[in-house]
Amino acid sequence: MGYEISLLTSMGISVLFALSLNLITGFCGQISLGHAAFLGIGAYVSALLTKAGLPFLATLPLAMLLSGAIGIVVGLASLRVRADFLAITTMGVGFLFVGIVRQQDWLGGELGVSGIPDSGFSKMSFMVLTMLLCVVVALLCMYLKKSWMGRVFNGVAEDEDTMRVLGVDVPRYKLAAFAIGTAIAGLAGALYAQHFKFIGPDSFGFIESVTVLSMVVVGGIGSVAGVIFGAAVLSALPAWFQFIGDYKLLVYGGLLFLMMRFSPDGVTGLVKRAAMKGGAK
Amino acid sequence: MTVAAIKTPLLRVENVSVRFGGLTAIDRVSFEVYPGELLGLIGPNGAGKTTMLRSITGVVTVSEGSIELEGENLNRLATHQRIQKGLALSQQLVKPFKKISVIENVALAAGAPITRSPLKALMHVSQKEELAVAMTMLERVGIASYAGQNPGIQPLGILKRLEMARALAQKPKLLLLDEPLAGLNSKEAHALASTIQDINRQGVTIVLIEHNLGEVMRVCQRMVVLDNGRKIASGAPQAVMQDAAVRAAYLGGNPDDDQAAETGTESRKEATHA
Repeated sequence: MGYEISLLTSMGISVLFALSLNLITGFCGQISLGHAAFLGIGAYVSALLTKAGLPFLATLPLAMLLSGAIGIVVGLASLRVRADFLAITTMGVGFLFVGIVRQQDWLGGELGVSGIPDSGFSKMSFMVLTMLLCVVVALLCMYLKKSWMGRVFNGVAEDEDTMRVLGVDVPRYKLAAFAIGTAIAGLAGALYAQHFKFIGPDSFGFIESVTVLSMVVVGGIGSVAGVIFGAAVLSALPAWFQFIGDYKLLVYGGLLFLMMRFSPDGVTGLVKRAAMKGGAK
Repeated sequence: MTVAAIKTPLLRVENVSVRFGGLTAIDRVSFEVYPGELLGLIGPNGAGKTTMLRSITGVVTVSEGSIELEGENLNRLATHQRIQKGLALSQQLVKPFKKISVIENVALAAGAPITRSPLKALMHVSQKEELAVAMTMLERVGIASYAGQNPGIQPLGILKRLEMARALAQKPKLLLLDEPLAGLNSKEAHALASTIQDINRQGVTIVLIEHNLGEVMRVCQRMVVLDNGRKIASGAPQAVMQDAAVRAAYLGGNPDDDQAAETGTESRKEATHA
């Protein structure tokens, strides 16, 4: 039972993390290959603050705040670049995060941060908390999609130059997407640190960024339900099939490639097309 | 023209030059657009019409001179800020958003007061009012029956009208139309030009950039002619087309007086450029 609870908790954290990237990449069309850095920022903020004696719950908003603030700074720096160049820039941000953390003794350097104090939650109630936050964020995403902000995000994702001609201040919307997305990644990071009780620079490297991107792509870029499905399945895979753990990058990279080649809109697209075919018969 | 001259201009383009490196695309061009008029901006290929339009919308930065809307200098404003001040652009290459329906495309433009601030956009969900506005605009351009359809599969004639409805939905003070007739057959072009004329009669000030001389002469009250980056004539359509410099620019040869001779050589240079 303890194992299932632990697995469900880490699946929930992956879902939160994937939903946060989906906000930036799926909704607003801004690709990020360094999203794990924001998971890391949230994790480090929460880990260090709980070690300093702050209650775990109080660290959640602070993790979101710092992650979101740095997200805005990165967003500002990324406003001038698009598509492939944005991918490279955000990848650089990811490496920058790992590089900085490695060199800082007060962040634990190479050894990372361990001995993170207990949250006071039982394993069960921590899982419930994680699930609850997943539901809240999923609802927020679905609301966002229906709101005018979601309409503008769609427009920016499809053709930002035309959005400018419609009088939309495109940079401000991109920053809004970065701020919300990175803040939620920070929240996921705080849960991550508390759940695994240990964090290090390698927990938030390029592999994590690619992993979360493949969760979003496999699920279906932009689809809330699809991304939840993708993140849940892909985060559970290594636990179900031990060998995948050894070949994680290969499996995720392969899935990412296959999806982009054969079904760019992910499982969501596959299901939709299958339903349409079924309906036509 | 005399009636227009007494009013204060809505748009004033003053001594505008645009240079790309060593190339002067626009050379000290000045003209005004008066409230309520339908002004045709014409000229042969490569004359600088589109560059002129882009410097009005802010896609291209002017090297010299100023562009004013209702007396307010626009030079330093970004495209979206100029649009918010009351310009609207119907693009030459139609770019509908393909994932939403025709009417939703127009509603997105009609929602400009909401989308101006991300926070406001976050707080608003309903687009009922905007859809109603959008429907009116689709009716104005005559494609109301396409409202629920996917814009990705529509013929160019419908898309050109969609592009115009989207611009109109922003309730602009000045509507800029970039070659709306391009790519249409003569029947469609004639019908769309008449629609443009109707919209102007309903009180929308329009600058029409066009290649199709016949239709421009039919619907416009006044014309400005560019050639090789310079303004070579302006005035009532008939008078402008009688102008020797204009004829030389369009026909590109055998000017029969001295004034036209200069322009004639320019247009020949222009032809070799192309």
